[in-house]
Amino acid sequence: MKSIQEKQNQIIDEFNFFQDWTEKYQYLIDLGKSLPDFDQNNKIDSNLIDGCQSKVWLNSSFNDNIVIFEADSDAIISKGIISLLIRVFSGHNPKDILEANIDFIEKIGLNSHLSQTRANGLLSMIKQIKIYALAYQVKK
Amino acid sequence: MLDVYKIREDFPILSKKINDTDLIYFDNAATSQTPNQVIDVISDYYKNYNSNIHRGLHSLSVDATNKYEETRLKVKEHFGITHNHEIIFTSGTTHGINIISSGLEKMISSKDELIISEMEHHSNIVPWQMLCEKTGAKLKVIPINENGTLKIDEYKSLLTPNVKFVFISHVSNTLGILNPIKEIIDLAHKNKSKVLIDGAQGAAHFKINLSELDVDFYVASAHKLCGPTGVGFLYGKSDLLNSLPPYQGGGEMISNVTFDKTEYADLPHKFEAGTPNIAGVIAFGAALDYMNSIGFENIDAYEKTLLDYATENLRKIDNIKIYGDVDEKISVISFNIADHHPSDIGSILDQFGIAVRTGQHCTQPIMDHFKIPGTVRASFSFYNTKSEIDLFIDAVKKAVKMLG
Repeated sequence: MKSIQEKQNQIIDEFNFFQDWTEKYQYLIDLGKSLPDFDQNNKIDSNLIDGCQSKVWLNSSFNDNIVIFEADSDAIISKGIISLLIRVFSGHNPKDILEANIDFIEKIGLNSHLSQTRANGLLSMIKQIKIYALAYQVKK
Repeated sequence: MLDVYKIREDFPILSKKINDTDLIYFDNAATSQTPNQVIDVISDYYKNYNSNIHRGLHSLSVDATNKYEETRLKVKEHFGITHNHEIIFTSGTTHGINIISSGLEKMISSKDELIISEMEHHSNIVPWQMLCEKTGAKLKVIPINENGTLKIDEYKSLLTPNVKFVFISHVSNTLGILNPIKEIIDLAHKNKSKVLIDGAQGAAHFKINLSELDVDFYVASAHKLCGPTGVGFLYGKSDLLNSLPPYQGGGEMISNVTFDKTEYADLPHKFEAGTPNIAGVIAFGAALDYMNSIGFENIDAYEKTLLDYATENLRKIDNIKIYGDVDEKISVISFNIADHHPSDIGSILDQFGIAVRTGQHCTQPIMDHFKIPGTVRASFSFYNTKSEIDLFIDAVKKAVKMLG
């Protein structure tokens, strides 16, 4: 299992291949489409993340000190962005998730292509992921 | 018709680049851009006569007061208003509506009913809901047809004797639909109900004569009319404005203050407490001058050609749904394509340097009506061009292709 930092570096390498924003967006769209189907029972308001223009649901489960995240969105680009976050965070223990320093978003140049509203939405997603991790760590 | 390329030279922001491509600004229904003729007035104010109005005897204050009051005259003339004092400067449409809604608190009782419509902006819904919560009055809603227009027959049946007020938008900010406000006002008056028209979207596109309309209150914002943000006006008939209590206490709005009793100033100062956005109000006057120099008839005719051209070309896109696709509308097009989320299309258009609005446009009830999460809204102004629309249509097609 790769560490959170190794996964981020891998994403940065992937995005370095792209020549321009259209290719980056196309990749996000494709990632969004290939994100596994979300359990419809988890599409509930309490799983909604505040601050996104589109609806984003995030759910998590905890087993053997490992947190698994799953998410969905009604907008495909948001779904692509979440799929990157899931790839980075899912399958790690709460301590690693809480301590992770997320730098890939800036390094792949996504920041400059996100509106303030979108960027805030992204921050809310990361915050929610860390809140889940914190809750599991405390419970443990 | 107007010379659009000459006009564009007046707007410095229109030569801006976004992602190395020329900015295409199609979010005019949210905020219109500002010409040099208005920007220069703001800068001239701070360079040459920045001072407080109505209170000073010195030359700067006299200059500022005169220019500030000149805007009131310009608003009076432009909107066909009978008296200067019927014009209250506000921070915008929302402020104007709140002056009325808070003023009505003591005048509305639990027996009374208020009418709004399903197509209203949240600014013309929430203040009335708050008023109803405080007074126990009932809020009734005129529904819309599938094409987005108001159901006027339903309005007629909602107009019962207990209806004290009707609050309707001149033009829907989401759909661009022009409402039959003259008919709405006349029907209300026959029922002895008063009418407030939310003119945020209407005032920018054609000339309106408020005296002929016989409307009781009309509110609008300068930033939709090439003016600055944070400025607007409330028009009200004298007797109605006189019957309302002041909105805020403070300086300017009083005639006599002792610790026993304070007497309020006459209109319009009663509603203009504190130091207003002086530069903004003066610049609003310059914006009206600017638009009148182009001519509202020319603006209206030209924007119609842009609307028709864009609508005709958008309709050719597979699986597009245009909301409010009717004849009586201004240059606003709200649409969705297949089941793509509006924010996906909007994000990709932004990468092409095209500014449109996506989302609910502060009109959640309309979205609920059509059962959609939002729309993409393109809104054109007299400084936009057909070639910009060509690039926009092209970009929409590319976005759809990318989204697959």
